[in-house]
Amino acid sequence: MAIFDILGPIMVGPSSSHTAGAVRIGRITRRLLGSEPVRAKIFLSGSFALTGEGHGTPRAIVAGLLGLKPDDQRIPESFKLAEERGLEFEMGAVHLKDVHPNSALVTAWGADGGRVEVGASSPGGGMIRVFELDGLRTSFSGSVPTLLVKNMDKPGYVSRVSAVVAWYGLNISTLRMERDSRGGHSLMVIECDQHIPHGVSAELRQIDGIYKVTRLNPEGEV
Amino acid sequence: MEVFSSVDGLLKYARDRGVPLWRAVMEADMAEEDMTEPESLEKMGRMLAVMRSALAGYNGGDRSASGLAGGDGGRMAQFVASGGCVAGELFGKIVAAALSMGECNACMKRIVAAPTAGACGVLPAVLIPVGEAVGAGEQRMVEALYVAAGIGEVIANRASISGAECGCQAEIGSASAMAAAALVHLLGGTMEEMANASAMALKSLLGLVCDPVGGLVETPCIKRNVIGAVNALSAGEMALAGITSRIPVDEVIDAMAEVGAALPASLRETGEGGLAATPTGEKYKHVI
Repeated sequence: MAIFDILGPIMVGPSSSHTAGAVRIGRITRRLLGSEPVRAKIFLSGSFALTGEGHGTPRAIVAGLLGLKPDDQRIPESFKLAEERGLEFEMGAVHLKDVHPNSALVTAWGADGGRVEVGASSPGGGMIRVFELDGLRTSFSGSVPTLLVKNMDKPGYVSRVSAVVAWYGLNISTLRMERDSRGGHSLMVIECDQHIPHGVSAELRQIDGIYKVTRLNPEGEV
Repeated sequence: MEVFSSVDGLLKYARDRGVPLWRAVMEADMAEEDMTEPESLEKMGRMLAVMRSALAGYNGGDRSASGLAGGDGGRMAQFVASGGCVAGELFGKIVAAALSMGECNACMKRIVAAPTAGACGVLPAVLIPVGEAVGAGEQRMVEALYVAAGIGEVIANRASISGAECGCQAEIGSASAMAAAALVHLLGGTMEEMANASAMALKSLLGLVCDPVGGLVETPCIKRNVIGAVNALSAGEMALAGITSRIPVDEVIDAMAEVGAALPASLRETGEGGLAATPTGEKYKHVI
């Protein structure tokens, strides 16, 4: 922990978990979508559903979807901003099992036709963790350079992907893989110490059986 | 990080290098975070600037989403301006500032979590009015924030700064300990006096529970920023008078962790015990 985790973050109140963390859940959904969201379904679970309204959680998630940061003073007016920018959204409650009490499930559709479904928690201090991506269990925060690769569950993909990562001189700090079923889909989450360049995802997309590649570089995140 | 594992160790690190406590905190953090001195100073200066602008931008007409919070900072400021505050103008200003900052947070204004959003009023409520009263320059104010952050980081490492883990003592108590040490720096005290001030501030708030009505950061959080601030003031003044804590600060922090672990879940930010579970607290819950 750094001293600016003690004095800071600079944020719009009232709660680091229910407001600042909620903005970050919206932001990471937008980053995973990779384009301007035009439609979203937001379901709040646990404490988010119970006390979210009083903490501005729904407005915070919408603000994040619009690309606002946790210290943006337009967060309280994010619903109006969404209307101006053409983002339609629905808000509801859901009971998610075996997740942190401060959790949300957000599905977003992009202007380019893309779609992403993100389950994420905000355990405290404004930090967040994605626990589900497009129906696959996972775990990452997006606070370090992260490469997400969705591929066919067949032998050899870990070595082919890690070969590309190594060729670009990236050091892998953590690697995690989960699949939905044998022979189905698999999600690799690779956290690196260095910025992940565009070339990595471009090369990986050439490989047969890799469906989706997403790069998350945290530059400019607060 | 090793330097921040105890206040004792932090003081030793500063003494060994022959630098003041604030500089020791800044340099240890710069090394850990790979930051330059101008970058660190600029960032800390921004924390101070946001604290100042939040306080200056306070509007007594604002209300929180629940409708329960707002207006009290303005009421207190008016009372102080009318000359009604028997403890003196500075004391009254500190109370008003703590209320105003807590209300800014509840009303979704931009604040600096110090160490948390719910306790964001304590540090600025002490530093800004006292800084004005003694004519402290910008550099000295920023230095005081480093002292506060150093104490806060030790508390986070040895115990917790989360109400959900250790109750309000970990939020308002920690903020008060940070503010007490920062105040001693602002008034020119020694680093031993800073350690004693934080020990006396934290031990006076041991056992404080986290029992927010309706689970919201409003009641009693806003007014607890006031006790955190005035408690920091008295602890700082005692330390400057040469009074020491019989229990050293690191042991007080460990005691806070132990007390926090012993608190039932109902008194750790669940909104199910204490004031939240009173008949009136329950009634508000349904209004919210």
